[in-house]
Amino acid sequence: MTKPGLYGLMAEFSEPAGLVTATRKVREAGYRKVDAFSPYPMEALSEALGLHHSRLPLLVLIGGVTGLIAGYGLEYWAAVIEYPMNVGGRPFHSVPSFIPPAFETTILFAALTAVLGMLALNGLPEPYHPVFNVPTFALATKDRFFLCIEAGDPKFDLDRTWSFMMSLGARVVCEVEQ
Amino acid sequence: MAESPDIAKDATSPPATPDLLVGPGHDFATVTAKISSIVLQRRTPWGWWVGFAVSFGLLQLLLFAIVNLLFRGIGVWGPNIPVGWGFDILNFVWWIGIGHAGTLISAILLLLRQPWRTSINRFAEAMTLFAVACAAFYPVFHTGRPWLAVYWLMPYPNTMGLWPNFRSPIIWDVFAVTTYATVSFMFWFVGLIPDLATLRDRARSKPWKILYGTLAMGWRGSARHWHNYDTAYVLLAGLATPLVISVHTVVSFDFAVGMVPGWHATIFPPYFVAGAIYAGFAMVLTISIPLRKFYGLEDFITMKHLENMAKVMLATGLIVAYGYMMEAFMAWYSANPYERFMIWNRMTGPYWYMYWALIFCNVIAPNTLWIKNLRTSVPYLFLISLVVSVGMWLERYVIIVVSLHRDFLPSSWGMYSGTLYDWSAFIGTLGLFVTLLFLFVRFLPAISIFEMRTILPGAEPEEDKR
Repeated sequence: MTKPGLYGLMAEFSEPAGLVTATRKVREAGYRKVDAFSPYPMEALSEALGLHHSRLPLLVLIGGVTGLIAGYGLEYWAAVIEYPMNVGGRPFHSVPSFIPPAFETTILFAALTAVLGMLALNGLPEPYHPVFNVPTFALATKDRFFLCIEAGDPKFDLDRTWSFMMSLGARVVCEVEQ
Repeated sequence: MAESPDIAKDATSPPATPDLLVGPGHDFATVTAKISSIVLQRRTPWGWWVGFAVSFGLLQLLLFAIVNLLFRGIGVWGPNIPVGWGFDILNFVWWIGIGHAGTLISAILLLLRQPWRTSINRFAEAMTLFAVACAAFYPVFHTGRPWLAVYWLMPYPNTMGLWPNFRSPIIWDVFAVTTYATVSFMFWFVGLIPDLATLRDRARSKPWKILYGTLAMGWRGSARHWHNYDTAYVLLAGLATPLVISVHTVVSFDFAVGMVPGWHATIFPPYFVAGAIYAGFAMVLTISIPLRKFYGLEDFITMKHLENMAKVMLATGLIVAYGYMMEAFMAWYSANPYERFMIWNRMTGPYWYMYWALIFCNVIAPNTLWIKNLRTSVPYLFLISLVVSVGMWLERYVIIVVSLHRDFLPSSWGMYSGTLYDWSAFIGTLGLFVTLLFLFVRFLPAISIFEMRTILPGAEPEEDKR
């Protein structure tokens, strides 16, 4: 039972412990389209939400290996294939000398992947999001803690979910406009 | 503050003492208000204007130096045979070394789980960026025609079919420094995103809301976002740690690969990296002491922070002193007449006063930090940090100029001194550095707000609340 134009219900907590406990109970009650908002990262909250390992480390590994191949490949191609030049009698393929630039491109590609991958996995930049319609949500970047259950959740029922969230010790539960 | 054990229990390192890292009586709201008000206050304090005006005035010397360099040519600078490398590389190495403390604080101390890094990492990272910007000025402009420098530095398919020589440490430098600048910027900016969201939500006027909102990219503090964010932050720290060590190693290769007595030494990489951290911590102290005083941040940058930085400075200073000792020892032990002449010339030659001033600044002065009373005296720490910065500048002067001015043949001996334009460029980059710092403190939070929240008591709720 929901109503048109409703994104979900947002509960507001003043203590981090309240949010973590409420999040766990909401998950235990079977809700899945749930998100919690806090002014700083909390490991307990990730656990309560049942978040699995991020896919980011794998992406970063792929980025780093790509950087290594790209950097070393550039050096090999430029110094051995495209323009072989005798510099001080050193071999065209000077392995030790090629390591520092290849190392730097490895780090560069891996770090770029870490940052861009983090933004991509988080769907940022995202100029508009319904949760910003909650008037007090600006406090989520200061000292307030929020829990949102989306209307799209199969278990969502406006009245029952509202009273369930109130029973979790929320200061207030309000509707989030689409 | 008495109920802090729940924090101490979580930390894997020695018991954290949050009461020393944050002043008493702070909670999420006061920390947020205190740090963001520095940025969001409407009236700019008059002291800011005075400081900004002075540093912006000094910055004009850089303009003067650049205009003269571009119109009259590279000859306005002092380097000439035998001293082919002078102020340009000296100041490049000095600045890039200063930057290293920022990465050390933000990356290595994060991996080592040192909670005391939290209140100093943001402006130390900004300091890194600005120091790298100052450093980048020298290699770009020492080419004399920087608009042509692209094909000397960057490997791109140009019409002449030329490629840089990848066997040269100079091209390694290009890769190392550009990677370092990029990764430092990303690390700094990723750390800023949640705080930019705080500023967006607290700014009162529409234009600032839009500006900070755009930069925050729609950050809403979602737990799913924090999850990926934390992973990215730790990965960046893990990548920046070998990077920062590689950067000054590559800088030291510029010398160590060359066949000049005084340069051609295997001790250079570790000795340069330690010297970079040493100089960098001195600069972090030089910045943090006036910053905490002027903005009343003594609750966040506590005596504990200053003392820890002094200890890092003392430890790295001892490594640097060991480096000086080994240089002298190897000159004797190698039985190489050129090496022996080099070290004897450093100590007693025409630049003897540089060498002994260096020993005073970098070996004798920091050893006073063994004494707790001196280590915890704020004015004394400020003084020592300036002495160390001078000492590190002298170190590069001794390594670069003093090694070069006595060539292998006495007929090729010469002397070097910086010209008016060398000094203008150096003081101008100091002006650039301080100007950027003033702008940074005014427009962005100088202390990481969200990380300060995490070290407050009760930030991580206990697990067994069923």
